Amino acid sequence: MEIYQINFNKYSKAFNIFSISLVIFSFILLLFKGLNYGVDFKGGTLIELRAIDKQITISQLRQSFLNMNLGDVSVKEFGKNNDFLIKFEKKDNDKSNFIGEIKETLTQSIGSGFNFRKVENVGPKVSAELLRSGIIAIGLSLAAMLLYIWIRFEWQFSLGAILAIFHDVILTLGVFSLFSLEINLSIVAAVLTIVGYSMNDTVVIFDRIRENLNKFSDIKIFDLTNISINETLSRTIITSITTLLALVSIYIFGGEILKGFSLAMILGVIFGTYSSIYIANPILILLNVSQKTISKEDKDKV
Amino acid sequence: MLYFSKIRIISIAIFTIIFVYLTTSNFLKFDDNIIGKKINLGLDLQGGSYLLLEIDNRPVITQKLQNKLSLLRNYFKNEDIKFRNLKIKNNNIISFELGEDFVEKFTSIIEDKNNNINPYYQKFKTHEFIFNVEDNVFNLQYSDYGLVLLKESSLDQALEIVRRRIDEVGTNEPNIVIRGSDRILVELPGLDDPLRIKSLLGKTANLTFRFVVQNDEPSFGSEKLSFIDGTQDDVIVSKRIILSGDNLVDAKPRMDNQTNETVVSFSLDRVGSKKFGKATTTGVGKRLAIVLDGKVISAPVVRDAIIGGSGQISGGFTFQSATDLALLLRSGALPAPLNIIEERTVGPDLGQDSINSGILALVIGFFLVIFFMLYKYKIFGLIANVALIANLFLLVGILTLFEATLTLPGIAGIILTVGMAVDANVLIFERIKEEVKVEKNNIIAFDSGYNRSKTAVMDANITTLISAIILFFLGSGPIKGFSITLGVGIFTTLFSVYFIARLLTALYVIKNKNKESLI
Repeated sequence: MEIYQINFNKYSKAFNIFSISLVIFSFILLLFKGLNYGVDFKGGTLIELRAIDKQITISQLRQSFLNMNLGDVSVKEFGKNNDFLIKFEKKDNDKSNFIGEIKETLTQSIGSGFNFRKVENVGPKVSAELLRSGIIAIGLSLAAMLLYIWIRFEWQFSLGAILAIFHDVILTLGVFSLFSLEINLSIVAAVLTIVGYSMNDTVVIFDRIRENLNKFSDIKIFDLTNISINETLSRTIITSITTLLALVSIYIFGGEILKGFSLAMILGVIFGTYSSIYIANPILILLNVSQKTISKEDKDKV
Repeated sequence: MLYFSKIRIISIAIFTIIFVYLTTSNFLKFDDNIIGKKINLGLDLQGGSYLLLEIDNRPVITQKLQNKLSLLRNYFKNEDIKFRNLKIKNNNIISFELGEDFVEKFTSIIEDKNNNINPYYQKFKTHEFIFNVEDNVFNLQYSDYGLVLLKESSLDQALEIVRRRIDEVGTNEPNIVIRGSDRILVELPGLDDPLRIKSLLGKTANLTFRFVVQNDEPSFGSEKLSFIDGTQDDVIVSKRIILSGDNLVDAKPRMDNQTNETVVSFSLDRVGSKKFGKATTTGVGKRLAIVLDGKVISAPVVRDAIIGGSGQISGGFTFQSATDLALLLRSGALPAPLNIIEERTVGPDLGQDSINSGILALVIGFFLVIFFMLYKYKIFGLIANVALIANLFLLVGILTLFEATLTLPGIAGIILTVGMAVDANVLIFERIKEEVKVEKNNIIAFDSGYNRSKTAVMDANITTLISAIILFFLGSGPIKGFSITLGVGIFTTLFSVYFIARLLTALYVIKNKNKESLI
């Protein structure tokens, strides 16, 4: 088997600065550029249109909508097969025949060689609620993780883990902001799964650190984290690879709907693996975790 | 950790076989399918419409206050209580001024639990109305509890009407449920164009028969209404209702033989027949407006008294619109308007595409992981793969057993489970590798490898489980499907790793206990 003896902590400072600047950069992006919310969170109407008649073009569709005076409309090609994704920003589309009107107008202007494969119409009230419950879900899962680690380990570990997760979530959202990728309900699910995955990765290393703290009474935390990371490194790599294999398969073959979701997860797994090494552990060092921290815990338990 | 009794081995085998059967029963048609259960496909996979309706209770509140107001007026008159300025303010407050001498008397009456103005609910110790008095002016408005009751009852009524209307259209296994305090969720599998249902649900269908008044301007007790089709000039219609849709017992579209026009014929209940007969007897020669949701359908002149308890509505209908009107009249009026606040419709071909691409991704992801594990761990990779396959059967089997709904994100959850499930075995195998280095006895090394990796495996899985649980409670629709597969996947993973993979490992290690560099 491979025995890893990489001195991770040697690069710790450089990577810490790197991480902090990435987080700050993501924050600035989120603050000033913001996120590209889909209809789930912004409200509006989304239509996925498939043209059976191959003559239909984007500009034809745009022109038809322009004549309808529907406010902001975005039309773009989507996947293969002459599919188009049409988004209406207008929020007061709760008229029950809005979709019917669009269908009628399109039939008049471009003929009947198309069908609607998907229609989503989300009112402003619902979208606000979805956004709120998404934020609550992410906040709640962070809190639950914090609590779980606190119970299983010590508060220093808990803090390290939570900062690592925070880092992963912020960076993932930062990438979505940078490339204006759409944030919808499935991205929230992805972020929550990232929280779980990143935690999972961190916990395995923490578990080993705790074990090693009990095993070696004379090694300082600085070297101990390094030993523990190396001992668990092959597992970290293998699990990341198998998870990424599954995710890349979803990204490539799973169709358009799962693209955003799997991309967010892929980013999350990469950030999560990195952060358990370079965020979670340096915090243990920073907080001066020692054999005493653990033995105190053991005494409490007795 | 490596010892398994015979009974245990047999139970693991039986358990696994049951789930293999459950899973395959989804794909193969067994004639003797004992369980008779199947995974449900979500609307995003089988196609269909999801509609979230919100009831607008404001008209109901105004209506109820209106009733309460007349109750009060009668009460004051009967009891000789002097009152002024009895009116409804801001659509939600009844306000009136009483003579100085009556304030105390009325206050004690309105607080009395047996009066019928402000019924007292013993169970919750609360009133339907709250009120305050200032300078002899009473302000009466619904209490929180009163509003809850009102919303509950109007929602229950609306649910019933929605159900009737959808049943009349005859769609496939609709799912209609209450969401929260003022919403109704309608799921219509297989329906790719909900236009007709949406237009049926969008109408309150409040039908009234009222006489047209021969004034030029609307006065007290009458109002100006326009025609539904806009072809005729607006008419002034009395507010007094001769007959409402409540008195209808049946309505059907019909072809009128004389005019060759599609009409809606209706029949009335006994009370309705009597009222209608009386009104048309006295009203011969007058125009009778048939008003639906504040718009006039038609206003024919009454030629003869209609005493048979049946009649017909004409109004330039097509056969479709007559059918819809008849349907609306048969199923009754909604207590309040419904707004569609969320709609998601997926066509059946997109659903099939999603299934295809989801399964393709699953198969490819699965084989990638399997080959990687074989490459990495050889014989133990094979064991991990057997556990992984069993895991998939268990996962799909449990979903079948609970008839869970599988969505596209749910399929993604299964694929993700495939990727993450091997983690437990990886953790264990890596630990064993470490143990083997210091312990020459294979059995002891494997045993402690399993023991020492246990906490890490548990912690790693519980964290994912926490995410899945939170998603389940806060996620909606398809996302719930994802959280279910992810969450169930954790349990099946633990089972397949600690029973199936461990059993196979144990059998292999015991057989080859003297072999060097086993892993």
